[in-house]
Formats: sequence, C-alpha cells, structure tokens
Amino acid sequence: MQRFQSLTKPMRCRPRSTRSICSSAPNHDTDRKILSLTLTEARAALTEGRVTAVELTESSLRQIERLGALNALVSVRDTEQLLDEAADADRRRLQLQRDGCVVPALLGVPLTLKDNWCTAGLRTTCASRMLEDFVPNYDATVSERLKAAGGLLLGKTNMDEFGMGSSSRWTPFGAVCNPWSASTGPQARTAGGSSGGSACAVAARMCFASVGSDTGGSVRQPAAMCGVVGLKPSYGTVSRYGLVAYASSLDTPGVIARTVADAMIVFDAIAGHDPRDSTSVAADEYPPPRPASSSASKRRLRIGVPKEYHVAELDAAVLAAWHAGAAAFEAHGAELVEISLPHTALALPAYYILAPAEAFSNLARYDGIRYGLRGHGATAEAMRSDARRRGFGAEVQRRLGLGSFVLGRRAVDSYYHKALDIRRRVVQDFDNAFSLAGVDAVLTPTTPFTSGVLDAGTDSTLDDYVQDVMTIPASLAGLPAISIPTQMSKSAADGTPMPL
Amino acid sequence: MQHLASCRRAAAIAAGHNCSVSQWPIRSLQRRTLTAPAAASWQPVIGLEVHAHLATNSKLFSDAAAAAEAAGAPANTTVAMFDAALPGTLPVLNAASVDLAIRAGLAVQATVNRRSSFDRKHYFYPDLPHGFQITQYYAPVVSNGHLDVPTAAGGTRRIRIARMQLELDSGKSQHYEQHGGQTLIDLNRAGAGMLEIVSEPDIRSSDEAAAYVKKLQHLLRHVGVCHGNMELGEMRVDVNVSLNRTDQPGVRCEIKNINSVRNVARAIEHEIERQAALLLSGQKIFRETRAFDAARGVTVPMRSKEDEVDYRFMPEPDLPVLIITESRIETARGGMPELPDVLRSRLQSEYGLLPADAALLVDQHVAGYFEQVARPGDGKRAAAW
Repeated sequence: MQRFQSLTKPMRCRPRSTRSICSSAPNHDTDRKILSLTLTEARAALTEGRVTAVELTESSLRQIERLGALNALVSVRDTEQLLDEAADADRRRLQLQRDGCVVPALLGVPLTLKDNWCTAGLRTTCASRMLEDFVPNYDATVSERLKAAGGLLLGKTNMDEFGMGSSSRWTPFGAVCNPWSASTGPQARTAGGSSGGSACAVAARMCFASVGSDTGGSVRQPAAMCGVVGLKPSYGTVSRYGLVAYASSLDTPGVIARTVADAMIVFDAIAGHDPRDSTSVAADEYPPPRPASSSASKRRLRIGVPKEYHVAELDAAVLAAWHAGAAAFEAHGAELVEISLPHTALALPAYYILAPAEAFSNLARYDGIRYGLRGHGATAEAMRSDARRRGFGAEVQRRLGLGSFVLGRRAVDSYYHKALDIRRRVVQDFDNAFSLAGVDAVLTPTTPFTSGVLDAGTDSTLDDYVQDVMTIPASLAGLPAISIPTQMSKSAADGTPMPL
Repeated sequence: MQHLASCRRAAAIAAGHNCSVSQWPIRSLQRRTLTAPAAASWQPVIGLEVHAHLATNSKLFSDAAAAAEAAGAPANTTVAMFDAALPGTLPVLNAASVDLAIRAGLAVQATVNRRSSFDRKHYFYPDLPHGFQITQYYAPVVSNGHLDVPTAAGGTRRIRIARMQLELDSGKSQHYEQHGGQTLIDLNRAGAGMLEIVSEPDIRSSDEAAAYVKKLQHLLRHVGVCHGNMELGEMRVDVNVSLNRTDQPGVRCEIKNINSVRNVARAIEHEIERQAALLLSGQKIFRETRAFDAARGVTVPMRSKEDEVDYRFMPEPDLPVLIITESRIETARGGMPELPDVLRSRLQSEYGLLPADAALLVDQHVAGYFEQVARPGDGKRAAAW
C-alpha cells in the first residue's frame, strides 16, 4: 500500500526534481494529448501500455503549474515523491499483469481531494485560518480507500471555508476561478462551491477526478458551473470518517469527474460500509447492483419532472436546456411524467436552519486549545473568542450566529424543530414520487442560473443561497443525485455550462 | 443526653426550624415553640442525580481505556482521537455499555426503552473538547424505576427513579495560581461512559438521601455496572434541594459534584439550614448552582445567580437511534446475579442465617464466596468465618 509522504513546505511548492517539468512546446502537445483522456480512457491506456503513470503525473503537475492563477489547489505534494509513487505504480502494474492478478481500479491515476478530507501528514486546512497549519495524524476512510485502489494524490483542493458557501470565494487562498472564464481577476466567473477547487481541477484537466463533499449541493453545483459531472451518492454509502464535519446529517462525500463512467469508477473504489462511521449503511442493507444496460429491458425508464422547480429565478436559457434535456431522454425511450413535490419551496429555508445549526455544533470544538489557531487572552473564554474571531471567516461566522440562534431556547421550536418537520415532509414528497407516481428518477436543472461573475459587486449572500434551491431537496432527503453537463449557454459573453 | 439532643436537632431541621449549631437542645426547643406558627410545615424536597462510571474496558464512543483514574494512568495517556475531538472523528457506540445500562434498569425494576436516542448538550469549558456533551436528553435508555429506602420514622419510602441516561464524562482541569494562573487539562476522563441516574424529588431528609446513595452504590456494584469508588470519582452525586410549603413552592438549588455518601448528608443538612435561615428572615432564595466545600461543611455559590446556561440541545446526528431488542434484554436478565433483597432472603431461608449475618454477606459482596464455602445446613459456621 502506498503511503503519502509528509509535505515539506506549507505553501504550494515549486517542483524541485531534476526531471524537467517546464512548459516547453513539446510538453504542451504531449500534455494536451494525455490530459484530454478521461479517467476511463487513461486506465485503458495504462493497461495497454500506451501511457505510463509517470507521464500522467508529469502532465497533470505541469497543468497545475500552468493554471495556478485559477487557485484550484491549496496544497500540492512534493514532485519527487509523486513521481516515485507513479513509477512504483507502473512497476506494480507490470508485475500484476505478468502474474495475471487483478490490478487495483485506480492504479497510477492522478487524483485530488477537497481540503476537508483528512490526509495523514498532509496539511488539511478546510480553507480556514483556523486550520491553516493543521496536519492530521490519520487518513480518512476515503483517503485510505483511494490509496488502496492505487490512486495518486496530487494535492488538496480549494473550497469555501468548512464547506459553507456556493462560490469558493470564502477562502484565504484566493477565490477559485471558473476555467471557462475568459479571464481571471475581478471579472472571472465563479467555479461554484463549496467544492469549487475540485470542480475546477477536474474541468481544467489538472487531475482525472476529485472527491469532494456535498452538503446542500457542494459537489453538484460547482460541477455544474464547471461543466463536469458531479455525483452525490445516497447519504451513508460512503464513509464520513475523516471528513471534517460541517452538517453531519447532510454531509455526503461526492465525486467530481469528466464523465459518468469516470465518476462510477471512483465511487466504487470509495463506497462501502465503514464501522468507524455509525451512519454508514450496513453491508447487508446495500441494494444489489443494477445489471448493466440491458437494452431488452422490460419497461421504460420513468422520469419525473417536478413542476415546483419551475421557479421565478430560473434563467431562460436554463429552462430551455431543461426542456432540451427532457426531450433527449424521451428520444432515447424514457417516459416523461409531470410530478409534484409540494414542499420544494420550503426546502431552502429549512436547509438554512438545519445546516447552520449543525455547523454551530460541529465547529464548537475549535477553541485553539488542542489544535488549530491558538488565541490570546487572559482567560480560557478570551482565548477561545480570540481564536474564533481571527480563525473563522465572515461567512462561517454568519452561519454560526444563525445556528446558535435557531437552537436557542426561545427559538428552537419555531425554527429548528419546524425545519426538522419540513425535512420529513420533503422526504415524504420524494417517497410519494417514487412509490405512488412510480418514477425512477427526477429531472431538474442543477442551478437556477449559470455561473455568475465572482466580483458581482452586490455581495448579497442571499443570492448565493438561492443557488442551492435545486440541489437542496435531494440533500435533505439523503437521495443520490448527479449533475450532468448538457450544453453551453449562448447568452453570456463567455459561454458557461448549463447542466441538469 | 447527647444522642437525644442530636435526634431533636435532626427533627428540628427536618421540620425546617432555624436551629443554630451552638445552642443547647433545650434552648432550641423553647425557640421552636416561640416561632412555631411562622416556621411550621417547611418541607425539604430533595432529588438526586447520580453519575456512575460504567465498568467497561473502553470508553463510551472510543476505544481508549475507560478506567484511567483507577489504573493510575499519567495525564493524557488514555485519549483516543475522538476524545480529543480531532476534526473528522466520529463516535462509535460501545455495545457493552448498553448491556450495563440494561442491567442497571432491570435492577431497579425500570422500563428498558426499546428505542432511545442521543443528543448534544452544548456548553463551553476547556475540558470539554467537542464543545458539547453527548447525552440522552429527549429519549433515555431507561425510565421509571424505583428504590426503597428506610425513613427516620422506621418505615420505607419509595424513591422513584425518573430516568437513566448514557452520557459522556468530560476531562479534568487543574488550576494553578502560580505561573500566571495556568490551567492544565487532562483528557484521560474525556469520553468515559457514565450512567446518569435521576431520581424524582421524593426524598425528604439528608438521612434518606444518604441511604439512597448507599443503596444505589451497593446495587450498581452488585450487578457489575459500576465499581462505585466515590473517592476515585467512579461515582458522584448532584443534589437538588428546596424547601416547600403548601402556600409557597420552594426554589431549587443544585449542589454539584459531591464525592462521598457522608458529604451528601452534610451538604443537604447545610443547604436546608441555609435556605431555612433565608426564608425565615424573609429573604428570597435564588435558583442557583452551588458546590460543597467539604472542609468547611458549607455550600458555596458556583455560578452567578443570573446564569442559566442555554444548552441548545440538538439530536446527535452522528449516531442512529438505539434499538434494544427483547432478546437482548432477556440475555441481560439471564446474566444478572440475584438482586440483593432476594439474595438476603434466600441466604436466611436456605442456610438458616440470621438477618444481620445475611445482610453483612450481601453488603460486603462476599455472598458468592460464602456459598462456595458453605454446605447447606452448615451455613452458620461458614458465616462466622
């Protein structure tokens, strides 16, 4: 099993190896060819010996360096070590193939992890000053399983602090820019959030896939903004052990990749029961895998289109894409059915009560005493206050204040308990759709509008919150959901993706 | 004479009269007659919360060793990552703890709830790493039991046990005045599993309270739930005391962290005197949390009077609902030793022991050894041994 080596410098490091990793023209063409491969294609190429893990890694690292201005990565691992690991992977692959043994699913494939996944010996900041120098002494289950599958961890990706945000601008490491932007800087487009760094890294070909976390849409929405696939599986199918908690009953590990097939490969490598996570689905509760596409399948796929998602904020272009997507499914033989999910409108406010409440609870541990930013003060209270004031950014402080309020004795019944009730009703809506209306899946846009400009000037956080209106219901219900890019918008000056 | 005097004094206190320690009994009797109309029918109303450390190998939600204190472990050596609340760590319930909770419930004829759940109780203190305690606020694992204790009058009083809940203990803080007032934190105890046993306010005197704690301590030891060594912190008691009158309900004061049976009685006695003194001089009693200063024998304020902490209770999202099946309860029941009262009667009937001897064997937890040594009929000789 490969072990991640400790990072020698806290900041992003320059490649120090003697092997040349500079952007010369020949490299550029090689990189273009290599990085245009999807994960699935790269695996096939590795198997057939058309490319090596070392080449994949070198190309990815050069791309990371080229596109540093996008701020996708917080930490990049040491080049020497990565290339050593890649060479090991190549040797191991040859050995296994010679011996006729099974090759681990991700052997030699360069990947990234969102920076809220604990990686032993590798800084894990959650894009927060509070954990700026925090180096975990253990690996998350996801980190372990990616390693076991042979994946090469290039580095940790940028995000909204502690997962709170939909734009990946709430970070001390510079806002993540959407790779589809015409420019970086103030007019850059947002990559979405909170897994914006992961989505950008995958879309900009810095790695072949990334694992993030999705609480209210934090994998699906940035994947949507960056034109890649974002998978949020069912709550409980992937272990949260080692994921720095934001909202425990909502946090779901998610995969960002270029194609659905890619996403499934990574999902298969990390999914499965984990006794270290008590909310992890037990092995015997797993439904059996659906048999691969049987064209002679007995009945048509029934897809529900919920009328309540036709919200006022819906961009005209997005609406058109929705219709086009529905038509495409129909052309492929699916049956489209209008359904009703009556409590959809209540889901957004319910989420923005429940998630901050759990955040208030999960972030109560950050007092600077045992780890993290240490505060100054004459008393323990003063030290804690100082650490939290300096360590948490504005958005986190906003949500902690909100969470503290809705759990307060006077407010808890009208806010928190009501929100729990709404959550039950949202679950019931989906239950009805799946059992009574008999649909297999629900089709909606991922976001009501396309990627906005980062420095829009209004700085209205409510606008940010509305971004999540389409993704939140599946989060509240713990349902599996996937965002798939469909087409580019024609309305904006720079085309941006509009996914479903 | 002395014995009579203290009996009278105790009666006077129980009746709630203002009794100064330095006065002779005869004088206080006169005093009582004079002030009787005003001070009549103050009734002490006492409830106890007993925190008992579960006798498991590891802590409630982590695999660190549980009994650090007893083992004399150096500071911060039995701390798992979860206990220190490292980011990304999660609780995993120790199954043995649940079995002990079931046993404790069965021992007091309580209902073992088939469904119970965990909640977070938030407050800030440096020795509480998570910033919250995992406890069972909304749905505890055990409810509605009882324990019968002897009263001063010679009868027994049934003390109802409202609930028993599984919860975590915090770490320990040591404050040092020198070196600029440092506080050192030891997390060995953080995450240790406890059973909090909450009684209804059925207790009416300090003696009854002491008897209740003694009986509970013995019972928990007997069924193997808790080792009960209060001086090692394996069991501690919070007391709630108020003085009620039919026309004026009392205001409850809590005395926290009492660490011996004797101190339970002393703390209650002092608190009753303190409250009676305030009431008789026409002052109000403020609801507050106090500590017992064992050296001086008095209760002292702990938190400021206005402070009522809002714990912001929230269901624990990292733990599913705890389901206890019938078969699990039956297995626990089958594995339990005979309860003390039953055992005492059986020793008397089967071995012909005197009640006092039978009681002694049971109290000292040596009945099992006795039975191995004795042959039926030869009981008295073995008992003498």
